[in-house]
Amino acid sequence: MDWLGADGGYVADSRINVPIEGLDVAVHQTGPIPLAADFVCQPGELLALVGPSGSGKTTLLRTIAGLYRPQSGRVACAGDVWFDAECKHSLSPQRRQVGMVFQDYALFPHLTALENIQVPLRHLPQPKRREQAEQWLAKVRLDGLGKRYPNALSGGQRQRVALARALARDPKVLLLDEPFSAVDQVTRRRLQRELALLRQQIEIPIVLVTHDLEEATALADQICVLHNGVSLQQAAPEALFRHPASPLIARLLDRHNLFKGTVVEVAGQRRLQWGKTYLEVAEGLANLPLGESVAWYLPPSDIVLHRRDRPSQGERENPLAAAVEELVVLGGITSVSLRVNHGDMLRFDIATHAARRNQLTRGAVVNVSLLAAGIHLMPGHRVRADAHDKRK
Amino acid sequence: MDWSALSVSLRLAGFTCLILIPVAIWLGRALAYARFRGKGLCEALVALPLVLPPTVLGFYLLLSFGRDAPVGSLWANITGSGLNFTFTGILLASLIANLPFAVQPIQRAFEHVPHNLREAAWCSGLSPWQTLLRIELPLVWPGIMSAAALTFAHTLGEFGVILMVGGAIDGETRTLAIAIYDRVQAFDEQGAAQMSALLLLVSFITLGLVYGLAGRRRWVRG
Repeated sequence: MDWLGADGGYVADSRINVPIEGLDVAVHQTGPIPLAADFVCQPGELLALVGPSGSGKTTLLRTIAGLYRPQSGRVACAGDVWFDAECKHSLSPQRRQVGMVFQDYALFPHLTALENIQVPLRHLPQPKRREQAEQWLAKVRLDGLGKRYPNALSGGQRQRVALARALARDPKVLLLDEPFSAVDQVTRRRLQRELALLRQQIEIPIVLVTHDLEEATALADQICVLHNGVSLQQAAPEALFRHPASPLIARLLDRHNLFKGTVVEVAGQRRLQWGKTYLEVAEGLANLPLGESVAWYLPPSDIVLHRRDRPSQGERENPLAAAVEELVVLGGITSVSLRVNHGDMLRFDIATHAARRNQLTRGAVVNVSLLAAGIHLMPGHRVRADAHDKRK
Repeated sequence: MDWSALSVSLRLAGFTCLILIPVAIWLGRALAYARFRGKGLCEALVALPLVLPPTVLGFYLLLSFGRDAPVGSLWANITGSGLNFTFTGILLASLIANLPFAVQPIQRAFEHVPHNLREAAWCSGLSPWQTLLRIELPLVWPGIMSAAALTFAHTLGEFGVILMVGGAIDGETRTLAIAIYDRVQAFDEQGAAQMSALLLLVSFITLGLVYGLAGRRRWVRG
C-alpha cells in the first residue's frame, strides 16, 4: 500500500482503491466556519464525533444531512455521491435519505407521536403508513402512547419518538446530534442501552455527535476527535485512549500524564530520559535519533503502585519513587497525584480501599512502576502544543 | 339603519382579508426568515400605516390614485376606470392601511417556529411546499387567525382613509363608520346609535369567534 515516492506528493490512502459501502466524508473550507475534516463510517458501525463545543461537530452532521453546504468537499454514502463541491453537485436533504435526531428532537408539536412517525412514511398508502408507524412505536417501546402530543411526553419518550421518526425513513445513514443531552442521567443510561440494542438491528452507518467522552467510549466503534473544525484522529476508543496521535488529542480526551523526554543510550540500550530517570520503552524508541526530545504519554492504568507489604507484579519495570501531592476521594475511586523528583506530576486512579490499605497520605513517598508497554511516544510534537490550538 | 352601508363595510372587510392574508403570509414569512440588507427599512414601511394619521395616508393615496399619477393612470389603462371614489379604490386603500395588522402577527408567528422543525421536515422527505402546508402553516395558524381578526375588525372601523379616497357614495364607498358620522352630522342620533351598536356587535363577534377558535388547540405548549 505504500506508494509514497521520495518526491512526496502521493499519500497512500485506502480510500482510493476500496469503494466505501458506508459513509465517506471529506470537508474543507476556510470560513465562515473553518473545517478540515475527513472521516469514514462503515455500515453497522457507530462513529462518535467528539470535541469541545465549537469544534464543528454539529456543522459536520448538518453537512452530511444536506442542511449545510461547505465550500469544498465530498460526501458519499452507500455508493452514492451526495455532495461534491468540485462538480457543483449537491443533493437536497429530501433526496439524501438521512435519519436525523436533532439535539432537542424537533418533534412537530401539532402532530401526535404516531403522526410524527408517519411524516417520513408519506409515500405509503394510509393504512400501511399507520401500521408501519405503529411498528416503529413498538420498537422504541412506546406502544399505547401514539395519541399523545409531544408536550405530553417526557424527555426520554420524545427522544424515542424522534429516533423512531428518523428510522421510519429507512435511512441510509443515522445521524444523532447530542441525543442524550436533554434528559436526566437515569434516562440517559437507559436510552444509551436501548440505542446499543437497537444498533444490532440496523446495518447502516451511525454518526453520533457528543461532547461526552464516556458516552462516546461506551457506544462507539470508532471515535473521531475534532478540534476547531479539524479532524485530528479517528480510531477505536481503546486504541485512541492508549495511543493518542498528539498531546493536543490527549488533552482533548482529558488525558493526564503527558510528559517530555529525551532519547538517550544507557549501557548500550535505548532509554527515554525523563528528569533523572531512564525509562525502558517497549515500542518506538529504536527508530528515534539519540538526543531527540519527544513527547510521551502514559495511560493511568499502566502506572502500578507498589504495595508496602509484599511485591506486586511488574515491580521491576521502570520503578520510581514519588511523593503523594494530592488525594481526591470520589466515592469508591481515589484519584492520586504524585510529584516526581524533577517536578512532573503523575496521575492515576486506584480503589479507595486500596489507597487506605497502602496508607497513602499527603506527603508520603511511594514507589510506582511505569509499565514499558504503556509508554506511548509522540515524536514530532511538543507537549504544550497550544500554538496548534489557536487557528487564526 | 343603513343596510347598504353595512353591506359595503362587510364586503370591504371580507375582500381585504381574502386578498391581504395570503400576501401577509408570504411577506411575514419572508421577513421572519430572510436576512438581508434593508430588512429594517422594509419592516418600517410595513409598520408605517400604524403610526401615520389616516388622513395623511388617505391624502397620499388620493394623490397617487389620480389619473395623472402612475398608479391611477396604470389602473385606468388596464380597466378604463378611475380608482378614486370607487369600491376598488377604497379596497386598495384598505389593503395598504391594513398591511401592519395583517403582516405583523404572522411575522411574529413565523419567527416562533423553531428553525430545526423545518429542517426536520426536510430530513423526513417533505418538500419545501409540503413543509409550508403541513408543518409551518398549522404552527402559525393562531397568528394567521389574529391577523385576519385584526384586519377584519380594523377595516370595519376604518374612517379617515376611506373618507379621503372614497368619499361617501351610497352603496359604493359609504361604509358603516362613515354612515354613522353622516347620521350624527344630520342630528339623527337614533340612527347613529343603532349603527354604532351594530358595528360594536359585529366587531365583538368577529374577534370572539377568532380568538375562541384559535385558543382551542390541544398541543399548544402551556
